[in-house]
Amino acid sequence: METIEKNLEKNTAVKEVDKIVVRFSGDSGDGMQLTGMQFTDTAALLGNDLSTFPDFPSEIRAPIGTVAGVSGFQVHFGSTEIYTPGDQYDVLVAMNAAALKVDLPRLKHGGIIIANAQGFDIKNLKLANYPDGLNPLENGYLGNYIVHKVDITKLTKECLIDSGLGMKEVERSKNMFVLGLLFWMFDKPLDYTIKFINEKFSKKPQIAEANIKTLQAGWNYGENTEIFTTQFKVAPAKLPSGTYRNITGNQATAIGLIAASQKSDLPLFIGSYPITPATDILQELSKYKNNGVKTFQAEDEIAGVCSAIGASYVGNLAVTTTSGPGMALKTEALGLMTILELPLVVVNVQRGGPSTGLPTKTEQADLLMAMHGRHGEAPIPILAATSPSDCFETVFEACKIAVEHMTPVIFLSDGYIANGSEPWRFPNEDAIPRIDAKFLSAIQKEETLLPYKRDENFVRPWIKPGTKNLEHRIGGLEKQNETGNVSYDPINHETMVRLRAAKVKKIEDSIPLLTTDSGNENAKLVVLGWGSTYGSIKTAVKELLNEGYDVAHVHLKYINPFPKNLGGLLHGFDRVLIPEMNSGQLLQLVRAKYLVPAIGYSKVQGLPFTTLELKEKILETLKAI
Amino acid sequence: METIATENIKLNPKDFASDMDVKWCPGCGDYSILKQVQTVFPDLGVAKENFVFISGIGCSSRFTYYMDTYGMHSIHGRAAAIASGVKAANPELSVWIVSGDGDAMSIGGNHFIHLMRKNFDVNYLMFNNQIYSLTKGQYSPTSEKGKITKTSPYGSIEEPFNPSELALGAKASFVARTQDRDPKHMQMILKRAHQHKGTSFVEVYQNCPVFNDGAFFAFSDKETKKEEAIFLEHGKPLVFGQNDEKAIRLDGLQPVIVDMHKEGVNDLWVHDEKDKTKANIISRFFDSEFNGAHFPRPFGVIYADERPTYEDKMVGQIEEVKIKKSKTPLGKILSGDKTWTIL
Repeated sequence: METIEKNLEKNTAVKEVDKIVVRFSGDSGDGMQLTGMQFTDTAALLGNDLSTFPDFPSEIRAPIGTVAGVSGFQVHFGSTEIYTPGDQYDVLVAMNAAALKVDLPRLKHGGIIIANAQGFDIKNLKLANYPDGLNPLENGYLGNYIVHKVDITKLTKECLIDSGLGMKEVERSKNMFVLGLLFWMFDKPLDYTIKFINEKFSKKPQIAEANIKTLQAGWNYGENTEIFTTQFKVAPAKLPSGTYRNITGNQATAIGLIAASQKSDLPLFIGSYPITPATDILQELSKYKNNGVKTFQAEDEIAGVCSAIGASYVGNLAVTTTSGPGMALKTEALGLMTILELPLVVVNVQRGGPSTGLPTKTEQADLLMAMHGRHGEAPIPILAATSPSDCFETVFEACKIAVEHMTPVIFLSDGYIANGSEPWRFPNEDAIPRIDAKFLSAIQKEETLLPYKRDENFVRPWIKPGTKNLEHRIGGLEKQNETGNVSYDPINHETMVRLRAAKVKKIEDSIPLLTTDSGNENAKLVVLGWGSTYGSIKTAVKELLNEGYDVAHVHLKYINPFPKNLGGLLHGFDRVLIPEMNSGQLLQLVRAKYLVPAIGYSKVQGLPFTTLELKEKILETLKAI
Repeated sequence: METIATENIKLNPKDFASDMDVKWCPGCGDYSILKQVQTVFPDLGVAKENFVFISGIGCSSRFTYYMDTYGMHSIHGRAAAIASGVKAANPELSVWIVSGDGDAMSIGGNHFIHLMRKNFDVNYLMFNNQIYSLTKGQYSPTSEKGKITKTSPYGSIEEPFNPSELALGAKASFVARTQDRDPKHMQMILKRAHQHKGTSFVEVYQNCPVFNDGAFFAFSDKETKKEEAIFLEHGKPLVFGQNDEKAIRLDGLQPVIVDMHKEGVNDLWVHDEKDKTKANIISRFFDSEFNGAHFPRPFGVIYADERPTYEDKMVGQIEEVKIKKSKTPLGKILSGDKTWTIL
């Protein structure tokens, strides 16, 4: 849908479009993340649906101008529903030659490039390893694209010539010029960003003023120069009515934990060690001291989980947050937690592995570790969030299961949804369910204390130290059923192993049955996903349904235990296709448990699936049926 | 220790014995430690339900099962980390960590040093028998150099840790040493550890009759005790010897052993628990030869100086923030600062 009207003053065309993908790309020090986030906030506040994808290197400041130092922020916004940050972009902002080199391959043919001229000088071209004498901005090299070469650095300097700021600070403002220009291109107001700048630099008015001036200069540049002839208008999306905010997965996780603490009346304790990409959650929660949140930055990953175990023991809602390598270090403690039967939520924001792997990139490769990665038989419930905002609901649910079923729970997120953002129609606090935390506080005089006596869900009582007359010992040695006393009895051990497994299985009674997200329950082919692939699969399947194909989408967020009807549901389709950002982990679990001839589709590149990739694979699979 | 006793029912040592059979080897030094702990606990003014034991893995760590208090027998080396969470989440509890030399100084070394630095108000009892006993006799991080064990048949090539020096280096606010064969002394030290507000590190020399018998007998046997051990008392000179005739004098920063009969009693080193520099020197009366002489091994409180505890600072900061900034309502946390409405 495109309508074009003429802007008479400057002969600018205004194009109405459904959706746009913009990629901001530059050096790690160019402020592209901030620029992208500011652009996103404004788009969100004006009612666009959107999805973002910050994509940055693990080096904080890789050598300036090199390909290794390129930091990108992608935002997909539109007047229709948006589920992914977009396969390809319409607009690429390239602050230097390296940025262009890295990100050009995924720019749409005919797409717009806004290039910072100074970032393409001989030095930068060399740093980006372009062949001698080649400047991609010249001689028709980018003939398939619309190229706007703008000397952003120079224009920023000119704009701030009287600002009294040093050269470094002036240079640093150039991202505001870009932002101003982009706001003009997409017909967005500057107000929100001006307000943001004033707040951020409230103690440095000189810098605030300089940033605002540069932002305005960028906007004016678009408005006044003849180079830019088209403005794009993206109308607000027709989303369900309600109040929205923009949120990243890590923010949603932090908020979900606070909500769970309030809804359970349990104090919140976070024992964590900083690790990418989970650190934001610890940082975010450490701000909530006014709400009594206790954050404990432990000496290592093991102390992170162990301190949380201590806090859980004395009656807190205890959480530890981490990513793959940290998860590996916590496994012994998770075995202890399984045998102690105390509540704990372990947040694993997955990243590319093994080892340090791709710390800033995404992957879903810790599923089998979550499922099996402990010594002995130690079943732990697993939940996986499907989108940035879904982290709220899913981590809340993880807390609810942990507390109400007296068990550690693993919550899986990943770098893609943790850093990515989307609009969230946040719930009214009264609509959030209660979490029922029950403590045993007394027993009858003639009664014997039985700390491992179970209720109908095989759940044992939670008894806080400090409770009078209920002194007892718990530990990692096998326990006698009900009394919890140390027992080496062979039959008792088997009983206990089975009871702990039965307790986890019993959780399936309280989780919702699975239905198709889109498509029919007897479609020819179902795409079964879990976790963060939700948006890509949803988009691909919806498009194929519109094109008349007989496909369906089923998505899992409860992975252990699986929803009760998963097996039955899967048997209703002719073929099951499981795309995963790993080499086929859910595939193994599903094939082993339900004996369905599922086919895997894996991508292990540190990047999410594109809609196009999925559509091609689905069509190929359909053809083979 | 601010734990409040809720009732004034006088408890006795038996009230702290659990119904579990104690299963240490006959003659194990752990029996004495258990007895001394159960003996002093009724006098500490803490309600029984407020005691919590957290132990790691090893012979020592079975201790938890034998105390009729709250307790967790956890995993190897991690008791300090778990206890940190217990104390941070509920500062009202009287938390006792029980660990051994392997559990504390080897697999749990990282948690050990950070606990000392953070200074939670907990008591850390390290039963040191200088051997891995539960795994039946391998050298530990406190085993002496040259020690023949199952994993060092030609003698250990490792330099052992000096636990009190390590604790001081890690900023412990209370460092003491006692031994299983000296019940009265141990009771006194346990009480002092409890009274000290901050992490109290107590190293207990504990005999393992099976795998390292007699490792510390020189410090308790009648014939050798007076020469080999020195008992520190705050405000009193450092005196030892068969007839209490020897003392220690500081010559600058160099400790010197003096014979009081020959050299008089002037300028003797008077023990000051709060003097960290001197505590550092005392802690180094450890190797068989130090500063060109053989010094007696110090027992008692080597160092004790209170500073704010982790949990008090944690709670204090929360309270401070609460004064400046009222509780953010959940609705506000959910909405954040920027919202828009779609009709």
